[in-house]
Amino acid sequence: MSVEIEGITRDFGTAANPALRGVSLTMRQGEFIALLGPSGSGKTTLLRILAGLEFPDTGRVLIGGRDVAQVPARARNVGVVFQNYALFRHMSVFENVAFGLRVRPRAMRPAHAEIDRRVRELLALVQIPELAPRYPDQISGGQRQRVALARALAIEPQLLLLDEPFGALDALVRKDVRRWVRGLHDRLGLTSLLVTHDQEEAMEMADRVAVMDQGRIVQCDAPHLLLDAPASAFVARFVGDANRLEGVVRGERIIIDGLGAYGAAGLPDGDAEVFIRPGDVAVAPPRAGLSAGVAEWARPAEHGRWKVLVAIAEHRLEGYAAHPVERGAACAVEFRAMTAFGAGGERLSLHGRQVEQA
Amino acid sequence: MSAATDDPPWARRLLIALACVLGVLIFLAPLAAIFVEALRRGLEPALEAIAEPDALAAMRLTLLVAAIAVPVNTLGGLAASWAIAKFDFPGRRLLVTLIELPFSVSPVISGLVYVLIFGAQGWFGEWLRDRDIQIIFALPGLVLATTFVTFPFVARTLLPLMQEQGREEEEAAATLGAGGLQTFLRVTLPNVKWALLGGVLLCNARAMGEFGAVAVVSGHIRGQTNTMPLHVEILYNEYMFVGAFAVASLLALLGLVTLGAKAVLEYWTSRPIGMGA
Repeated sequence: MSVEIEGITRDFGTAANPALRGVSLTMRQGEFIALLGPSGSGKTTLLRILAGLEFPDTGRVLIGGRDVAQVPARARNVGVVFQNYALFRHMSVFENVAFGLRVRPRAMRPAHAEIDRRVRELLALVQIPELAPRYPDQISGGQRQRVALARALAIEPQLLLLDEPFGALDALVRKDVRRWVRGLHDRLGLTSLLVTHDQEEAMEMADRVAVMDQGRIVQCDAPHLLLDAPASAFVARFVGDANRLEGVVRGERIIIDGLGAYGAAGLPDGDAEVFIRPGDVAVAPPRAGLSAGVAEWARPAEHGRWKVLVAIAEHRLEGYAAHPVERGAACAVEFRAMTAFGAGGERLSLHGRQVEQA
Repeated sequence: MSAATDDPPWARRLLIALACVLGVLIFLAPLAAIFVEALRRGLEPALEAIAEPDALAAMRLTLLVAAIAVPVNTLGGLAASWAIAKFDFPGRRLLVTLIELPFSVSPVISGLVYVLIFGAQGWFGEWLRDRDIQIIFALPGLVLATTFVTFPFVARTLLPLMQEQGREEEEAAATLGAGGLQTFLRVTLPNVKWALLGGVLLCNARAMGEFGAVAVVSGHIRGQTNTMPLHVEILYNEYMFVGAFAVASLLALLGLVTLGAKAVLEYWTSRPIGMGA
């Protein structure tokens, strides 16, 4: 089911409920989108507006082409998996999953035997058929998460909203569950929106990731585009794991104190922010023409490389060396790519030979 | 136990003994005294005092007042705590404070307020007299005063629990298609049913035992507007000690049964939900 969000604003006047300041987003039928952002960026508020638990001050929300401004949560048929699952604590797992069917108006309510069959089917789908008679406080976090998912799917929603659903799971379980949920999304032909602050989760599960900051979506793109072409310094800082440096642009050259100057055509004079991913920092033995520093620490990494933290002047740069490096050893760094943002937000990406000291 | 928190044995024994002595003096001795005094001249005079028509009338009246005040406060307390815990509206804090008002005001004052409003000399006195409606010195006054004094019991028991449980389950129910009433009956109410029962028990015990507010609005008309606590006072003032303590024993027994029922409830609900529910 497609979703269109147009220019939504919402201001609660309190810090507890982050505001939205003009959010637009289009989800295609069958798409999996992740809302990624720091806490307080408004991602949960946006999810609650889609669920019908909040209403926007201005703007439009269309779900499957229908304007849902006047439609309360109970009439939207949108599946929601809440952050802490919000299972009904006094009901068995079976009754939790059956709830959405039991509360239907009499005319649309399936017969008892049919409800029984549907619930067993759902519990089998989420792979916990044996837990039907248990109560929420008698099962593990991972199992609760599956119950919450089965309960949300019981109403046969075409739009599924997931609010930080993996936060309570330990790291090992989380990876498996992520893949399994994405598989379920594909198998059932759902349209899903995942709210998360975990970029690895967003990158791994979503077709597109919408990065939110202070009540706005600052970029919504496929995961690789967020890494390769971040729209703003915030995205570059928040997504991926980049070294951040401060530089000054003067006459189309960007000068990073202690690390030389690089060509910066198109950036206006003034302060600039430079991002260099650790994978683009080659750590080499000291050599003339390269900025020299000291390895503060080094540890073996994948593919026989070494991950090194190099101290150069007041900078600390993470990079990789092709050979073992000892702590305290003198070394130099060479940049293979960098992204710079000018004072006005202009972006400049440099690759390969472009990153030569100028 | 670590050495730092391990008091010397004599200190521990002394403190335990002190607690026991205080417990006996303050709680057990007066309770025992009631039953001892009631049975001072044997079982028969005590039973006679209870079976006496005025005593029976007082019991009936007490039961009737509680039978009206307790359901009213159950519904009112449930509604108030539900509104406060699950919704945002202007004046929410004010309502929380208002709920505690009956606890902080002396019951005698509460009674006087009703006399001031509905009494013969009161604001609505003339209007009521013209229409031949009697509130003060009659059942409506007793019910009003009792309801006011016992209002906080249900609300104060439910409110912390409902606030702790939050609104998540109600929101989940809404996204699953449940309407307001369905959500209340299937989610909110079952989650607080044991606390509700506990609050109702306390409310009932207090409604039957209430003295101060009721004394002011009752008028002490024997056989008509005397509740059990008032009847006890009248008998005592007339030096009919056996009768006074016999009726008082009934009230005390009622309190003990209530406490027992509450203890059983708490034992039940402290077990995991899956076994208790």
